[in-house]
Amino acid sequence: MIVNRKPLTIWERLYLPAIAGGFKVTARHLFRSLFGGKTVTMDYPEQKWALPPDYRGAPYLVRDQDGNTKCVSCQLCEFVCPPKAIKITPPGPTGPMADRPNAEKMPLEFEINMLRCIFCGYCQEVCPEEAIFLLKDYSLTGQSRQEMVYNKEKLLALGGTHPGIQKWKHKLEEAKAQQDFPVKI
Amino acid sequence: MSTAATTETKPATPAIEKIKVKVDGREIEVPKLMPDWSGKLTPTTMIQACELAKTDVPHYCYHPKLPVAGNCRMCLVEFGTPALGPDRKPILNPDGAPQVRKSPRPAIACATPISPGMEIYTNTPGVKQMREGVLEFLLINHPLDCPICDKAGECRLQEYSLDYGAAQSRLVEPKVHKPKAADLGPRIVLDDERCILCSRCIRFTRDIAGDDALGFINRGSYSTLTAYPGRVFDNNYTLNTVDICPVGALTSKDFRFQMRAWFLKETQSLCASCATGCNITIGSREEKIYRYEPRQNDAVNSCWMCDHGRLNYKWIGREDRLKEVRVRGQKTTWTAALNEIADKLKNTPAGSAAIVASARQTNEELWLLSKWKAKLGAVSDSIPRTGEGDRLLVSADRNPNTNGARLTGICFTEMGAQLPQIAHGIASGKIKTLIVFGEDVTQHGIGAELLDKLETLVVSDILPNATTQRAHYLLPGCAHAEKRGTFTNVKGRVQKFMKAVEPPGDARPEWEFLHDVVHHVTGRNGFLTIEGLFNELAKDVPAFNGLTWAGLGDTGATVPI
Repeated sequence: MIVNRKPLTIWERLYLPAIAGGFKVTARHLFRSLFGGKTVTMDYPEQKWALPPDYRGAPYLVRDQDGNTKCVSCQLCEFVCPPKAIKITPPGPTGPMADRPNAEKMPLEFEINMLRCIFCGYCQEVCPEEAIFLLKDYSLTGQSRQEMVYNKEKLLALGGTHPGIQKWKHKLEEAKAQQDFPVKI
Repeated sequence: MSTAATTETKPATPAIEKIKVKVDGREIEVPKLMPDWSGKLTPTTMIQACELAKTDVPHYCYHPKLPVAGNCRMCLVEFGTPALGPDRKPILNPDGAPQVRKSPRPAIACATPISPGMEIYTNTPGVKQMREGVLEFLLINHPLDCPICDKAGECRLQEYSLDYGAAQSRLVEPKVHKPKAADLGPRIVLDDERCILCSRCIRFTRDIAGDDALGFINRGSYSTLTAYPGRVFDNNYTLNTVDICPVGALTSKDFRFQMRAWFLKETQSLCASCATGCNITIGSREEKIYRYEPRQNDAVNSCWMCDHGRLNYKWIGREDRLKEVRVRGQKTTWTAALNEIADKLKNTPAGSAAIVASARQTNEELWLLSKWKAKLGAVSDSIPRTGEGDRLLVSADRNPNTNGARLTGICFTEMGAQLPQIAHGIASGKIKTLIVFGEDVTQHGIGAELLDKLETLVVSDILPNATTQRAHYLLPGCAHAEKRGTFTNVKGRVQKFMKAVEPPGDARPEWEFLHDVVHHVTGRNGFLTIEGLFNELAKDVPAFNGLTWAGLGDTGATVPI
């Protein structure tokens, strides 16, 4: 598609009226902030924003209401993560048992490189266990690159608890109820 | 491409009558008889006809290399046959074509033979509804623990649920629970809740492995797969049941919770644990090998491989791998070491050198070594490695490339016959230069005191041993998963393998530095890539004449041995 440009009028070609118009806007804001009592900046970090409820901050791991790790190390977040910020070490055949009843698997290590994270929220969206959430933290600082790689312990401590339906516990209870039926193997 | 002389020679089969059938409205000609799982000719089934027509029919219990059971009902299709009049002649439509009468019932495609003029419908609303129904039944008691299931990502139940299943479950009753993480044998974990009772594993172990160890107990929703009481599921082929299990019921203890299947890079390779040369797929991620899986090659291993070969990969990632080029114990660079070796070899008088190669090396490497041998007028041999073979896949010869060593002239038909002569030559001071590739000769009659008498000892190996400790020139080599090349198996099949992971440290594929030295010493060049090298070898060695790297394809070619 070809868009034909309108030729400039004499007024536009004069150039100075546009400069005057720009100065007018600048002067208006100057007087407003000096005498109007309306500021557009804030004294961060003493003053902070009220975050909207759907704000996407840093991703952290959460625990369920019983204090158990929710993550089962399915590695879907690692797969979906666009900047490859997440690195999960699965437990392998000899790893420790999960601290949650009935789900046999739990990550041996879970690392998020906060320097790589782009806060897109794909990990939260893809998680089948509701184990990772983007919480409200946005100011992450550290003195070294290594410090900005958050490990499982740190992520769980920062994430807190998030009550859910506890499907593995539910399954275990269901299995226990049928233990003596129909026959023992 | 490979010439006629090198393609698989098959016994002349009698011409099989072809019949015409229609699959989803497309007419194709299929043979009346086709080989079944055991290779015997049986009437062609609908699922085979659909495969020839390149139409996918979803199935769980059917496997082309197992006897047909027909119990999963997933491959139900609708079909029609030409209608016959009272005179037993086909009723014709006004346009002259035979009238096809659709069968009132569907049939399982895996066990129903085709007949002339048959029409198979795999995509009708009825068929779609049946698949949805079958999947709903299969999922009734399925635990849906995909997040912790090792099969997730390569699970037929996941795939077909997505392709053919209903979006939501209608089940409101509690699910039937069965044993989880049951210990079936030393290498297998069984999750009975995930099992869809297709019986593939039972048929495999009974009919292929010949160890009738598995079976179902209980009835209906409580049917459970288990080993017979008092028996453990432990033969050398158990892990194949993990591959053929369409769901995550049977999982490998070795691969358990190691890595998700979708992360693994798949590389076409060969098993190097015996002379059979089973075709495998290496699953690796970030330079670490996680598993071997068999790859179908009907001329060698069908769809199977043995547990020993499958689990024999961990040494590749060992910490104590040789990673540095060393000249008399001092770390140096490849260029410096190879130049020095080339100068030594140029000045070695004929008859004063010996070569001990390994039949674990590739055809290309052995051929380059044979060029060294010709230049030096050296005596050479390799070291035999034998074990117990079985009737299925394991060969008594445990070297993957014995025939390669024979064909390239590194050893005679009887491997190891020259070793005493080499030992005697060193003891008498006649042999002053010894070149050892991939073997610990101190274990095979050339003791440490003999090695100490040598003027020059060139050693290339992967792991440290008594010979590498005494090497004057130590060149770190690669495992077969870290390079490309070809092996010639026990039946003379030349097959190629690809590189899955990077070698550690300074280690380099043997053929690369062997080629460098050959180039230095003889001035021969022109094959800097493995493709060029193999093609050059094929021209030079009579048995390989006519072969090309590209012509080997994925499944290899057979040479006369």
